[in-house]
Amino acid sequence: MLHTFVAYVEDLPGVLTRVASLFRRLNINIISLTVGRSERAGLSRMTIVAEASAEAGHRIRASLFKLENVVDVDDIAQAPSVTRELALIKIAATPQNRGQIFDLAEVFRARIVDLTSESLIIEMTGVESKIEGLIEILREDEGRVLELCRSGKMTMRRGHHLSSVVRAMGVSEAESAEREAELAPDIVTGEVE
Amino acid sequence: MGHKGNAKTKENASNANAAAPNADAADANAHLNTPTRLTGAEILWATLAGEGVTDVFGYPGGAILPAYDALRKFPVKHVLVRHEQGAAHMADGYARASGKVGVAVATSGPGATNLVTGIATAMLDSIPIVCITGNVSSKVLGTDAFQEVDITGITLPVTKHNFLVNKAEDLAKVLRHAFQIAKSGRPGPVLVDITKDAQQASAIFDFEAAKPRPYQPHPMLRVEESGLAEAAELIRNSKRPVILAGHGVMDSGAMEQVRTLAERAQIPVGLTLLGIGGFPMSHPLCLGMMGMHGESWVNHAIQEADLLIACGMRFDDRVTGKLTDYAMKAKKIHIEVDPAEINKNVKVDVALVGDLREVLEQLLPRIGTRNQGGRDGSVWLKTIEASKGAVTVRDIKNLPDLGHLYAAHVMHDLWRMTAGDAIIVTDVGQHQMWEAQYYKHEKPRTLITSGGLGTMGFALPAAIGAKIACPEKEVWVIAGDGGFQMTAAELATIVQEKIKINIAVINNGYLGMVRQWQEFFYERNYEATPLVSPDFVKLADAHGIPGRAVRKRSEVEAAVNEARSSTRAFLLNFMVEKEDSVYPMIPAGSALHEMIRRPEQDPLEETAEDK
Ligand SMILES: Cc1ncc(C[n+]2csc(CCOP(=O)(O)OP(=O)(O)O)c2C)c(N)n1
Ligand SMILES: [Mg+2]
Repeated sequence: MLHTFVAYVEDLPGVLTRVASLFRRLNINIISLTVGRSERAGLSRMTIVAEASAEAGHRIRASLFKLENVVDVDDIAQAPSVTRELALIKIAATPQNRGQIFDLAEVFRARIVDLTSESLIIEMTGVESKIEGLIEILREDEGRVLELCRSGKMTMRRGHHLSSVVRAMGVSEAESAEREAELAPDIVTGEVE
Repeated sequence: MGHKGNAKTKENASNANAAAPNADAADANAHLNTPTRLTGAEILWATLAGEGVTDVFGYPGGAILPAYDALRKFPVKHVLVRHEQGAAHMADGYARASGKVGVAVATSGPGATNLVTGIATAMLDSIPIVCITGNVSSKVLGTDAFQEVDITGITLPVTKHNFLVNKAEDLAKVLRHAFQIAKSGRPGPVLVDITKDAQQASAIFDFEAAKPRPYQPHPMLRVEESGLAEAAELIRNSKRPVILAGHGVMDSGAMEQVRTLAERAQIPVGLTLLGIGGFPMSHPLCLGMMGMHGESWVNHAIQEADLLIACGMRFDDRVTGKLTDYAMKAKKIHIEVDPAEINKNVKVDVALVGDLREVLEQLLPRIGTRNQGGRDGSVWLKTIEASKGAVTVRDIKNLPDLGHLYAAHVMHDLWRMTAGDAIIVTDVGQHQMWEAQYYKHEKPRTLITSGGLGTMGFALPAAIGAKIACPEKEVWVIAGDGGFQMTAAELATIVQEKIKINIAVINNGYLGMVRQWQEFFYERNYEATPLVSPDFVKLADAHGIPGRAVRKRSEVEAAVNEARSSTRAFLLNFMVEKEDSVYPMIPAGSALHEMIRRPEQDPLEETAEDK
């Protein structure tokens, strides 16, 4: 199954290698990994998506915590969360046929962020399936997609958590959902999408 | 840095260090209280001294020279090894014998890579060591400069953590953090790579300010009320429980608690190889070593058990055999400090994730004695006793002397003559298993052996480290003729450091354990296992170490006496049976009960005739 981990790591040289090396050692393929600054000074936030057996989640999380530079790890599992991906897609388009792309972008709520006489770039954020839908349609015209760049997933739990709260909530999802309710009954919101 | 005009011999230098630290050294200690400007090299030693380090094992070279130049000012004794692998194993042996952090030092490039086997050995057995390596100047890092290797990259998977330091001002902080990491939680090796310019630059040294943040236990430690209650319930209701005691018993200092649990609930105790010493072999509830070369009754007891209480052990494949057939009838309680070990190999019913001693302290009050309505273990204990059957007569004390010398004889006699009280440091192979079977360890830290990595060449250097950690203890190396040759160069270290250890080479003319596998599983195709060796007694002699060859059982006692009474190191070359095998044996991939038993006419088996 797909596992999604959110990790807060120290923003230092070599930390990415340590995280990646852990997955390599466990012979687990990382499907996507995004890293960037977080709300906590000196800490980067990673979203790691990996394919592994259902039972592997516990060991991966426990092993991530054993890395000296890893401060927090959350196993998102099936918890209510928001996941987004960013894609940049460069399309071969002339002034004659770009109108069709504009329409498509409109439908998918994507944006055109670069325009030349031979090509344009579409920027799109959304859930994976939506991005894939757009790409699929664009690929129907052979040779039109010149370049494709995807960020990989970024994930955030819904509701009012600090990362440290998530950490205190510990291992199991059921448990964390329970405590979530205890901690902030009025803030845990339903699905909004 | 100035050249020392009057080159002192090592002996004088170390005496000076030990007897009367010179004025510089006194200063260095003063620096622990008053922030002072020091070079990185000085900060290195001052911090080590501040962490309580008195001995380090190392080998110099260009990139670590500034550190060596500053060494004379500090009350730290340096043992010059003959190969950096030896330095890492010595630091490891030092740590295993004393419980303190061992320290190894090496230069960049080949010096650093030579440490790797020793670091991996410490990693697999969770041994706290700190390895210091020099590296090229930070300005040329990453340029393939002379003797540059990416040692933090190379050792990443075999260290608990590692650091690259390129500023003198970071050094004290990093080193103190390294010590904290090495010894906290589940211990392990830490490497600190220090560029040459960081050693040469200067910075304010403030030992107190460099103190690491308080240690944060692993956030997934979890010992819940419900788990404790469930565990106690399982223990109370079990008919056939077995305690599996591992290395963690000693690491957490839970010897008393494990013993109390065993005695209170009348539960027999099986030991892992690294668990030996954590529970006295002579204890009536002690079953001995489990696993691949464990005695039949231990493995049978595990297979028949209805409850396993795993204490500080990790269900290694060498103790479980085939996982799908492992202890099928048993519920399992796993008490372990590393959450990543839970359900890794064996799925458990109750996990108590925390320090073993603390967990047992919480668990014990919930377990009553037999007359408090606790469990009555007598039936199960009798069943196990009965399963020992004929093998129990394997008391080889009175075995007839048929003119042959068996390794088991040597182990048994060594045990008897040292009253089981020596520190025994074994290498890897058949002799290692025989030692585990026949030398009955009663106390923690008396067996030092490479379990997880199974590193040949470990014994001699690890024993040097152990002796330096515990100078008052009798230390024996037990090594095979193969493994001994991997690090035999350290004989010279013994002489240079005037170390009294006894060395028993169990010389069977083969890479015996591999030969045994060839005998059992490869139609006796003895490819690359017959071994031509030098005369080890002459080799020792060439180093100025006395020795003796032993060919008969009748000669063992006198030879061991001679070695023990010698004030210098002594080597015994035991010329044992060449094609003897370790029994019982569970073939790799088989279940625990599918063991190859001792053959009927095994000369080690006592028969009525012999009596
Ligand atoms: C460094 C290393 N290389 C290879 C092995 C594989 N190995 C395990 S036991 C063994 C034979 C050891 O022979 P010896 O030292 O003579 O001991 P014996 O088994 O004969 O007692 C070998 C080669 C190992 N454990 N370590
Ligand atoms: Mg041999």
